[in-house]
Amino acid sequence: MQHDYFPRYEPKTAVGRWFDSRLPLTRLMYDSFVAYPVPRNLNYFYTFGGILSVMLVVQIVTGVVLAMHYVPHEDFAFDSIEHIMRDVNYGWLLRYIHSNGASMFFLAAYIHIFRGLYFGSYKEPREILWILGVVIFLLMIATAFFGYVLPWGQMSFWAATVITNLFSAIPLVGENIVTWLLGGFAVGQPTLNRFYSLHYLLPFMIAGVVALHVWALHVTGQTNPTGIEVKSKQDVVPFTPHATIKDAFAMTVFLILFAWFVFYLPNYLGHADNYQKADPLVTPAHIVPEWYLLPFYAVLRAVPSKLLGVVLMFGSIAVLFILPWLDTSRVRSANYRPLYRQFFWIFVAVCIGLGYLGAKPAEGGYVIAARILTTYYFAHFFLILPLLGLFENPRPRPASIADSVLKPADEVSGAPAAAGGVAAPETRG
Amino acid sequence: MHNAIIRLLAAILLAMPLASLSYAADDESGTPHYPKNKPRHVSWSFAGPFGTFDPQQLQRGLQVYREACAACHSLGYVAFRTLGSESGPHLSADAVRALASEYIIEDPDAPDGERPGRASDVFPDAPPYPDSNPPDLSVITKARAVERGFPTFIFDIFTQYQETGPDYVYSLLTGYQDPPDGVEVPDGNYYNPYFVSGTTLAMPTPLFEEAIAYAQNADDNPDNDVPETVDQYAKDVTAFLMWTAEPHMTDRKSLGLAVMIFLIVLAGLVYYTKKKVWAEVH
Amino acid sequence: MTQSTTADLGADAPDAETEATRRDFLLIATGAFAAVGAAAAVWPFIHQMNPDASALALSSIEVDISSIEEGQAITVMWQGKPVAIRYRTAAEMEEARATPVDDLADPVARNDNLDPAAPASDENRSVPGREQWLIMLKVCTHLGCIPLDEAGDYGGWFCPCHGSHYDTAGRIRIGPAPENMAIPPFEFLDETFVRIG
Repeated sequence: MQHDYFPRYEPKTAVGRWFDSRLPLTRLMYDSFVAYPVPRNLNYFYTFGGILSVMLVVQIVTGVVLAMHYVPHEDFAFDSIEHIMRDVNYGWLLRYIHSNGASMFFLAAYIHIFRGLYFGSYKEPREILWILGVVIFLLMIATAFFGYVLPWGQMSFWAATVITNLFSAIPLVGENIVTWLLGGFAVGQPTLNRFYSLHYLLPFMIAGVVALHVWALHVTGQTNPTGIEVKSKQDVVPFTPHATIKDAFAMTVFLILFAWFVFYLPNYLGHADNYQKADPLVTPAHIVPEWYLLPFYAVLRAVPSKLLGVVLMFGSIAVLFILPWLDTSRVRSANYRPLYRQFFWIFVAVCIGLGYLGAKPAEGGYVIAARILTTYYFAHFFLILPLLGLFENPRPRPASIADSVLKPADEVSGAPAAAGGVAAPETRG
Repeated sequence: MHNAIIRLLAAILLAMPLASLSYAADDESGTPHYPKNKPRHVSWSFAGPFGTFDPQQLQRGLQVYREACAACHSLGYVAFRTLGSESGPHLSADAVRALASEYIIEDPDAPDGERPGRASDVFPDAPPYPDSNPPDLSVITKARAVERGFPTFIFDIFTQYQETGPDYVYSLLTGYQDPPDGVEVPDGNYYNPYFVSGTTLAMPTPLFEEAIAYAQNADDNPDNDVPETVDQYAKDVTAFLMWTAEPHMTDRKSLGLAVMIFLIVLAGLVYYTKKKVWAEVH
Repeated sequence: MTQSTTADLGADAPDAETEATRRDFLLIATGAFAAVGAAAAVWPFIHQMNPDASALALSSIEVDISSIEEGQAITVMWQGKPVAIRYRTAAEMEEARATPVDDLADPVARNDNLDPAAPASDENRSVPGREQWLIMLKVCTHLGCIPLDEAGDYGGWFCPCHGSHYDTAGRIRIGPAPENMAIPPFEFLDETFVRIG
């Protein structure tokens, strides 16, 4: 993205110049987070990237601190959590921030992802940016799963058993892979210890990919609700103070929601069975993952074939990797795609529906419903998105971002002359 | 035209799962879901954003635990010293020491391998029980927070209802009854429709009217007397077990209030600053 | 930090000076309020590293001393450190008392049961009425090693790490250690038990 709208970093002191000519770190920070131009029309859905960065830091900091008290041993893990909750100074607070923080992290990530889906943030030239985001999402899922095992409650133990057993669906080598993952023939001490190690490692890998994600973002620039690229200085505002203060406000409101859960509903998002120590002899009546993985769990259970279920479950995430090439429409924002907008909301409802079904026992009508919704989930990507681009008649778009902000909406849509160049349907067909 | 097609599609898409869900609801022959009866609601002193424990009630609950539960159920994560907690049972330091010394603690360093308990010890394990494994009660009120189901669980976010666990324990303790006609109760089991994983359990009813003489009622002051009923015993021991499960609950809620006020004021300040910063843009 | 940011803001809108000033004030007020919150939020992360409630609960121990004979000593663990409980002989005490306080490397008693400035006389290394008992943290005040019992030039303790010699009252006589070994707070509960801490 053009970068000359606002004055770049200019060291003001001799020390500043000395430092800048040797390591231009301040320059990098200034040009990336102060002088960096952002579209002036970003709405509050665009603040979730910043919120997610803060959540990552919150999770890493509380996690490092909890690791000072946690014991990754099958005999002591559960006890050490209770020790943290009871005896460690503010241990209850740190643990509840961390466990609810995971949920808040996913909540923010889902809003961020669906924002991207709505405004077409995955489209050219932001494919790499989008793919890096999907990589982060996968790493988040892995991290959350490893973390969920650590308290060594009933759900921890049986989630570890069920999820590692997914790999047994792989033909020929499946069983060997499961044994290798577990470090034994069932979930046990080696499993717990390696999951702890990985749970500590992965967040730093996430941080690394986030750096790439932000880098890619700063190459292409943000999308915005119009889906039109930045064309002039009129279209943008400097990151600081404008985006910074807006992000700060959204962050504070998000923290209120976070605090609501941490202080008043700390166990609401967790599962009661995890307050029972792991027992390899007794499976809980009803094994469910945390809420943020329920839709994928529903896909897994919708299919009678073990292998196909696993493939579809991973496929439901993997399809996001190729999404930029499945969507054939050149119009980015759903604001100007009347049909896609409706399909988008149906898709949201389908995902929520899958989440609901993931929490229900896999029997009778629930399975049938899960099959219908799973079919639709994939149809959305492989049928609806490719076809929509061919048949949809997009609404006229404003000539520029500044136009969309400064002129009333009816004037923009009612004046095709102003937007003439882009009003025609644009498809690849 | 397009819109009509999409609406139709959406309607079908919504209707089909709903239809299959109602099929699921009718499908009583499938896996039965427990508890059969939903827990009954109790008005707890510790509920809500300003809830606190009642020290008197916790002390009574401690007595009920010791006289009615401790023979089979341990309390292995609870240290005697915590019974002195001001937001908990608030026993005096001397009372804590006296209570601890009534227990025998295994200690390899002690001359005979065991010694009287100290404030720093935790409740010792209950004696082993033949043929079954009574759970430790330290966190039982959190471990038995049975699910509330749709749509109640959505309202719970706003009402901050967090007392499914205590409601469950109370309901179980007071829920023993004669089995309805046609229900077979296996030998050594007892019928209780509030039980989390069936309708019968191996634990017999633990509480009886007037079985426990509350220490609180022994003083000369009749104003603080409480009824010695199963209902009261159940409430008191449940409140005590909620405290053992979440000993920092009061700290949590009071810190939460400060954090909430801070965040709301901060949000106001940031919002106003944001408006000023953006004033020239719009 | 805040100043440089606000300076940049001022440069953005030189024509609206009062507006910019009001905005600066708001920014500073909001920033200060947020900083107070951030500082408060840091405390749990620091405090969690302090000894937890279960460790603090072990801050005092009761020791049975009825089986210790004159001339014998036992070592018990208190707060993760060894405490020597020595029932001293008359000869040991005599030897310690014969040393003038002026000859000592550290003239302060280092006894938590007494005034912090109390001189390091042999009497001040114990408590009145129980002068035979020396109850002392057996940790060298140099760098924390554990000295050997009944060793060194003064018949008290000798630290093998860097050669500090302590006398029979646990006072530093020769070597790099700067202080006499510390006397923890303790109290004789009866003839049998002493509570340390």
